[in-house]
Amino acid sequence: MSEATANGAHHEEHARGISRWLFTTNHKDIGTLYLWFSFVMLLIGGAMAMYIRAELWEPGIQLSDPNFFNQMTTLHGLIMVFGAVMPAFVGLANWQVPMMIGAPDMALPRMNNWSFWILPFAGLLLVSTIFMEGGGPNFGWTMHAPLSTTYAPPSTDFFIFAVHLLGLSSIMGSINIIATILNMRAPGMTLMKMPMFVWSWLITAFLLIAVMPVLAGAVTMMLTDRNFGTSFFDAAGGGDPLLFQHVFWFFGHPEVYIMILPAFGVISQIIPTFARKPLFGYSSMVYATASIAFLSFIVWAHHMYTTGMPVSGELYFMYATVMIAVPTGVKVFNWVATMWKGSMTFETPMLWALGFLVLFTIGGFTGLMLGVAPADFQYHDTYFVVAHFHYVLVSGALFAIIAGVFYWLPKWTGNMYDEKLAKIHFWWAMISFNVLFFPQHFLGLAGMPRRIPDYALQFTEWNVISSIGGFAFGASWLLFLYIIIKTIRGGEKATDEVWEGADGLEWTVPSPAPYHTFNTAPEVK
Amino acid sequence: MEQADIRKATRGLVARLTLVAVGMFGFGFALVPLYDVFCDLTGINGKTGRLDQASAEATQVDESRWVTVEFVANVSSGLPWTFRPDERRIRVHPGEVAETVFFARNTTSVDGVGQAVPSVAPSLAAKYFSKTECFCFSQQPLNAGELKEMPVKFIVDPRLPKDITTITLAYTFFESKQPAAEAEIARTEGSPDSG
Repeated sequence: MSEATANGAHHEEHARGISRWLFTTNHKDIGTLYLWFSFVMLLIGGAMAMYIRAELWEPGIQLSDPNFFNQMTTLHGLIMVFGAVMPAFVGLANWQVPMMIGAPDMALPRMNNWSFWILPFAGLLLVSTIFMEGGGPNFGWTMHAPLSTTYAPPSTDFFIFAVHLLGLSSIMGSINIIATILNMRAPGMTLMKMPMFVWSWLITAFLLIAVMPVLAGAVTMMLTDRNFGTSFFDAAGGGDPLLFQHVFWFFGHPEVYIMILPAFGVISQIIPTFARKPLFGYSSMVYATASIAFLSFIVWAHHMYTTGMPVSGELYFMYATVMIAVPTGVKVFNWVATMWKGSMTFETPMLWALGFLVLFTIGGFTGLMLGVAPADFQYHDTYFVVAHFHYVLVSGALFAIIAGVFYWLPKWTGNMYDEKLAKIHFWWAMISFNVLFFPQHFLGLAGMPRRIPDYALQFTEWNVISSIGGFAFGASWLLFLYIIIKTIRGGEKATDEVWEGADGLEWTVPSPAPYHTFNTAPEVK
Repeated sequence: MEQADIRKATRGLVARLTLVAVGMFGFGFALVPLYDVFCDLTGINGKTGRLDQASAEATQVDESRWVTVEFVANVSSGLPWTFRPDERRIRVHPGEVAETVFFARNTTSVDGVGQAVPSVAPSLAAKYFSKTECFCFSQQPLNAGELKEMPVKFIVDPRLPKDITTITLAYTFFESKQPAAEAEIARTEGSPDSG
């Protein structure tokens, strides 16, 4: 970085072959690695979901024993959360944050390499538990004690180590992102001029640093309870299994915002571009994001209403939870106001962003229903909860990731994707997603419990419809893979600006973005 | 910023952020004692208080009220003992020191050690329910086939809210995980529970 070369094609030299990827410290390479890793995990976790939907095709036990079903629900959740959604957002951050703030690379490029290369090992360790004696983790992604301590299979220790590694990777990645954003911004880019995606990641990174260590602590206590005779969660030794739930959800609730705040950031980039208007209420967006992050720390026990909490506790957690609707509402209204009287066009990224907006809001509303303590007693641990968190995590986080991928793909590859195929994929996924998850609301309200391989006869019809949607939604990702590969291999050349209404530093560099960008910091006015 | 400045600022920032991460790891563990303190203060979670004999006897008895105290005895899976209360329920005045007994029998041909863990329902009553003497204060060794009588002395605080008329005291016997000597140390340090 000592030589102040202008951005140009002559600066492309890097190692070839496998060593390029193993030893790379380039933020774009590492971003690509993160994105491909998360896509592979999406397919693995998705295959498990296909198994779950196949088993639930009809009442009774079809494919395997209930214990294997439990392993599938557990690993599906863990892989999607820690393997697919979180790394995908870190991948987007790696690619985009330096380009959006005019930095030549991340602040700590070598640590960046480590943050990524821990992941494949952690992922492999996690997936390999299925093949171990006694099977993989079967206690749900929430790993509540004593299911994860006294009654867990031996492979749980491997699972714990995998969680430690995943946490380490996240913490290192977060430190890197914060250092990059705080120290490497181009001259003139004040904090309140940063793109919303950068803001959302700054706040998310702080959340990660605050709560991933708490999860690490919780699984460490699990480990010592299992192997070293401690009794953190064992009543026989003076511990308390409920304590596990408190520690876990102290991590777990901020975790769900870790998965959605960067999604808010992506959507806040895309909607202004295709509405051809600046983001409405930029500073209120920043403050709303920060408020959501703060509130996420003080609402955790709304996951525990049915544990026998005193009414006063339920009231507090209920009010605190419902309060989150205020800053979230600010964001939704700001996105709508951004589109108001804009000259909108509906390219694929915009379609995904609008799909996000509608479906995430539905998921938000069911979240409010679940947040109301007396109502939660009906919904708790039913398919209603499953429907809720898939509306916020699939049509929320995942839709935003896909929106971001289509939005920035021309910048990454230099080629436009196949608009027609991409639109077919969007509508395919949009419709099948709703066929898959909307009926689960009805199932839950009718009383079907979650995490069971068998169910009462009256739930059959909606389960069949849900499974049909599930297989269609699963297949749509193969089309997505085809579209991405096709775009990488060629296609209509993208302009530097790519989108007519695009605004931001990343659109000032050539397409595809050269290996090194902003060796000389741009001036931001 | 200049290159050198960036590097310096980054180093400081990384150090501070790492400290935060390490601190939060510690915080996760700090939640364990915090949780106990919180439960002690509020009396939720069914954790009951312990009182010495003298101050229990000094308590003013409220003879205008009756409270029914019910007894429940459970044995956790993995401990092949039988365990039952002598009486299902007794009626006491708040402030009066009452006594009852439980019976535990080791039905196996192997000696064993158990630890009883108490719980009070409704949980709001827990902080008004204290014991002066309880077999749950210590580990209970039971030889093969042995039957043991286990007394409990307790007192209901006269400040118990008026709307609570029935209190259930439940014990669950667990197979003790620690050797007796270690458990002794743990107990003198104030754990595993206050009564």
